[in-house]
Amino acid sequence: MHYVIIGNSAAAVGAVEGIRKVDKENPITLISDEPYHTYSRPLISYFLAGKVTEEKMLYRGQDFYQKNTVTTLLGQKAIAIDTDSKEVRLENNEVLVYDKLLVATGGTPFIPPMAGLEKKNVFTFIKKDDVKAISKVVATGKKAVIVGAGLIGLKAAEGLSSLGVDVTIVELANRVLSAILDEDGADIVRKHLEKRGIKFELNTSVEAITGGEEAQGVTLKNGKSISADLVIVAVGVRPNTEVAENSKIAVNRGIVIDEKCQTSIQSVYAAGDVAEGYDLIFAQNRVLPILPNAYCQGETAGLNMAGSESIFSGGFAMNSIGFYGLPMITAGIVKPEGNGYEVLVELVPEQSLYKKIILKDNIVVGFIYLNKVDRAGIITSLIREKTNVVDFKEKLLKDSFGYIDLPQQLRKSKLLKGDSMSCW
Amino acid sequence: MKRVYAREEYCVGCKLCEIYCIAAHSKYKNDLVKTFKKEANPPISRILVEESRPVSFALQCRHCEDAPCTKACIVGAMQKNPKTGVVTNEEERCVGCWTCVLVCPFGAITRDERGHKVASKCDLCSDNSQMPACVEHCPNRALVYSEYVSNNGTK
Repeated sequence: MHYVIIGNSAAAVGAVEGIRKVDKENPITLISDEPYHTYSRPLISYFLAGKVTEEKMLYRGQDFYQKNTVTTLLGQKAIAIDTDSKEVRLENNEVLVYDKLLVATGGTPFIPPMAGLEKKNVFTFIKKDDVKAISKVVATGKKAVIVGAGLIGLKAAEGLSSLGVDVTIVELANRVLSAILDEDGADIVRKHLEKRGIKFELNTSVEAITGGEEAQGVTLKNGKSISADLVIVAVGVRPNTEVAENSKIAVNRGIVIDEKCQTSIQSVYAAGDVAEGYDLIFAQNRVLPILPNAYCQGETAGLNMAGSESIFSGGFAMNSIGFYGLPMITAGIVKPEGNGYEVLVELVPEQSLYKKIILKDNIVVGFIYLNKVDRAGIITSLIREKTNVVDFKEKLLKDSFGYIDLPQQLRKSKLLKGDSMSCW
Repeated sequence: MKRVYAREEYCVGCKLCEIYCIAAHSKYKNDLVKTFKKEANPPISRILVEESRPVSFALQCRHCEDAPCTKACIVGAMQKNPKTGVVTNEEERCVGCWTCVLVCPFGAITRDERGHKVASKCDLCSDNSQMPACVEHCPNRALVYSEYVSNNGTK
């Protein structure tokens, strides 16, 4: 039995740990086009700001591969999969034969068409190498334009701004963080960032990156132009399905997987940002590019690859993030459209405080916790377990909401559950 | 593994468990007076008494078998010890992103922002003693430390 894993981030690590729970013997080969020991992708903005060292970015200890008897091929790119002969071809034409394969190639930046993308000092922001390249050109007093006010764009902005860079963010939507916040929440976050000197151009997009060989600014569709020493394109990520594209593996938006994280082809699994797995709230397959989902899918894939039948009941959108000391946790549907939703709200903009809980048929399907985030996981678990909240709905927004507010029977059954609590 | 179970029928809501938890994690280990008189910035409690008179009970990390916080942690700081089953946070590596707060179904992980931001949680006093401090000092045996507890409170 030879396990081959393409990828080296959360899903790949989850798979290694899943395999090794069951099979301590058979060899694992891990291929990654990045030449690094596994590191935490979400920490790249901390790395940019100098808040963590390269060493502290490691997602698992230095002995991780050795301890798990993993042979690594780092800095080598897998370019094709032949599922008939069970082979993975590398860029250097080397061929690996697998018995079980995991594709965990993650996401790749989505770059919308705009003129001038080829200029120097135009960057993306998802990998460590992106930060290394950006670090070479940033200095106090430089000017940056960031395209996209999503999680990546805002984290890049915070990192750059802490280095003394003057930052303007251009966003097509009417608000920041449009995937995880509604207008009221986004307004609070934008104002909080503006106080720290970050500028916004909403409801518009970049028409062209201007300058000669190097980027010198951007022109916007709203007619304005902004000068800049660097431009970061952070519009979003899409599944990095390239390696599977000329294979028999079914690819929709991402590589389609079932509840065992197996693809349309037996013995081939996929997990993480490249995959399209089940979303519990939408009750359909969706790409969910978030770390907890990647790890859980990877671990599930690993267990199944090693022959221990395991099911991941599904994920849903969930994020915890903060900017300049303003924390927020959101999950599920945050801006319901259509009928049948009930919305509970507490909004105090002057305290940057916002709580919103969205219900459908007395089941929580989403929430926003802004500034007060403590014990948010209880709400997340109500979503996951599809708990009927009709008996304690009026208590959900309370600051002290907790297990005391659950009916006794539900409380007791949940509290005894630690023994069997599965991958959320 | 052994866990701390709360028997709400016995809990009187005195919050001594919180006090002793703080002392157990202070630099004056288990010394109540020094913890509260001398430590400038005492730790926060890792156990929480929930209360709505007359019902009360204490809640802390359940050290889940398949702990969501260990899977969701973005830096790999939250780990379950494969031998003891105890879930602990390697605070030096924790960056205070609160993803564990997002996924903990018990709301048992708190934000410690006294210094370097870290997620704070029950460690079952694992570097300390045979018995977690909260259990040891509960005056009405509302907390039991055992493999499993049935309805009448026995093993």
